[in-house]
Amino acid sequence: MTTKDAVTVLYDHPGPKARRLNLVLTVIFGALLMLALWWVLSTLADKGQLAADKWKPFLQAGTWTTYLLPGLWATVLAAALSVVIAVPVGAALGIARLSDHAWLRRPAAAVVEFFRAIPVLILMLFAFTLWFTVFSVSSPLAGVVIALVLYNGSVIAEVVRAGILSLPRGQSEAAAAIGLSKSQMMTSVLLPQAVTVMLPALVSQLVVVLKDTALGGLLIGYVELRRAASTAASFYKNLLPTYVVVGVIYILLNVALTFAASRLERRLRNRAGRSDPGTAGAVGTGTTPLPGTSTVAAANAAAAQ
Amino acid sequence: MNFDFLSNPKYDIWGAFWVTVQLTFWAAIGSLILGTVLAAMRVAPIALMRTFSTGYVNIVRNIPLTLIIIMMSQVLYSQLGVKLATREAGVNPQAFLDTQNFRLAVLGLVLYTSTFVSEAIRSGINTVPPGQAEAARAIGLKFTQVLTIIVMPQAFRAVIAPLASVLIALTKNTTVASAIGVAEAALLMGELMENESDKFTAVFLVTALGFVVLTLPIGLILGWVARRAAVSR
Repeated sequence: MTTKDAVTVLYDHPGPKARRLNLVLTVIFGALLMLALWWVLSTLADKGQLAADKWKPFLQAGTWTTYLLPGLWATVLAAALSVVIAVPVGAALGIARLSDHAWLRRPAAAVVEFFRAIPVLILMLFAFTLWFTVFSVSSPLAGVVIALVLYNGSVIAEVVRAGILSLPRGQSEAAAAIGLSKSQMMTSVLLPQAVTVMLPALVSQLVVVLKDTALGGLLIGYVELRRAASTAASFYKNLLPTYVVVGVIYILLNVALTFAASRLERRLRNRAGRSDPGTAGAVGTGTTPLPGTSTVAAANAAAAQ
Repeated sequence: MNFDFLSNPKYDIWGAFWVTVQLTFWAAIGSLILGTVLAAMRVAPIALMRTFSTGYVNIVRNIPLTLIIIMMSQVLYSQLGVKLATREAGVNPQAFLDTQNFRLAVLGLVLYTSTFVSEAIRSGINTVPPGQAEAARAIGLKFTQVLTIIVMPQAFRAVIAPLASVLIALTKNTTVASAIGVAEAALLMGELMENESDKFTAVFLVTALGFVVLTLPIGLILGWVARRAAVSR
């Protein structure tokens, strides 16, 4: 869909000469791709990576029940916990940042900007150590979840804030005119509308969370999918096949989430029937993914974790 | 809070952040080039190029960076024997490994970040209304003229803000290079956390401050540039 749009922006319908040129370029590019593919496959074959016994472990139930499925469960658990906690935290921070009271607005802004500016890996290391110091129990899961909540809560806060700011000003003016208090205005007029605008961006934030759980396996020893897989790989001595399988699992999960987000976006846009906010997402304020036609793309770009 | 680890010559904090900056710099240049190529393919008139670019972006973007970087070291180097640095006889092998891991980390960051660069550029091109190109063609401009005089100047302005976000994310993502032993800020923080565990809050604050100092100016400066360059429609 988008490619088609771009095509009409950039060039005319091809004439006979352009079509011939395109055909020649297609053949050349296809040949180059084939060459690259052949090189990759022959290198893999040379190193014995394509041998059947390297891939056979994936046909045995034990590989899955001992390593991959528990790892996948740990990944999904950490991601789900993080999202469930991060959404209310983010909503609270986002609304606090819009407050009329400076004592509430300023600290909320500071928290959001701070946690968005620092790497999740470093947050995890800190949260893990903090948890251990306070409770004297080592809990990698807590480290992962706390870090992901702090980071994604801040990102969600910005999504919520942008969602509320994107509403026409007449909404809050009308709410004030019929005598609603500020909290009534927020809960019964602004938030319900903003949620529909920002839901797709929230769903695509799930992709970021899911991928970021893999950081937990690095320094704080959370046995998520990637780390579980590397244990399996050193047992079966098939590192490359295992990582390929893990990569495919991640791709399938994330493609499904992205697909859900764009379907949701289309459905909401049709239902709301509101005029297209245009390209605000792309030209907006920089790090904030503004809702609009490109909510999903903007959110992905903004949180390119 | 006790910050005396800062003056301990055992910990090279400046050096670690300098590695972070270098990782960011080379990865940013590489992913800008690869991302532009991918975006150009994405809007090319040749269907095969579009399919390839779409496929690459959708596959690589959905794999965790951690997995990509670890694959660079454990699969590309250890299993397939791809070397990005030359090992000279008689020279300390650690120097070879350091260069090798640094370059592998940059390669992994480039492969990953270029997908986001490509998406940012493509969305920039999409912000240009078709009417602009139609009007340009109607007054008789050639394809190259449409692209260089009309579409690209407008698209470029719309691309600055999303690219700034990608650059900030890249700066933070360089911490993942610690997974393959690149001596950057996160690796040093991990080491400090172990050795100076009683001062872990101070260690965290120093590292966090380093990243705030690195990322905040990017956001402020490029945000200002983007606002100035924005095309009002």
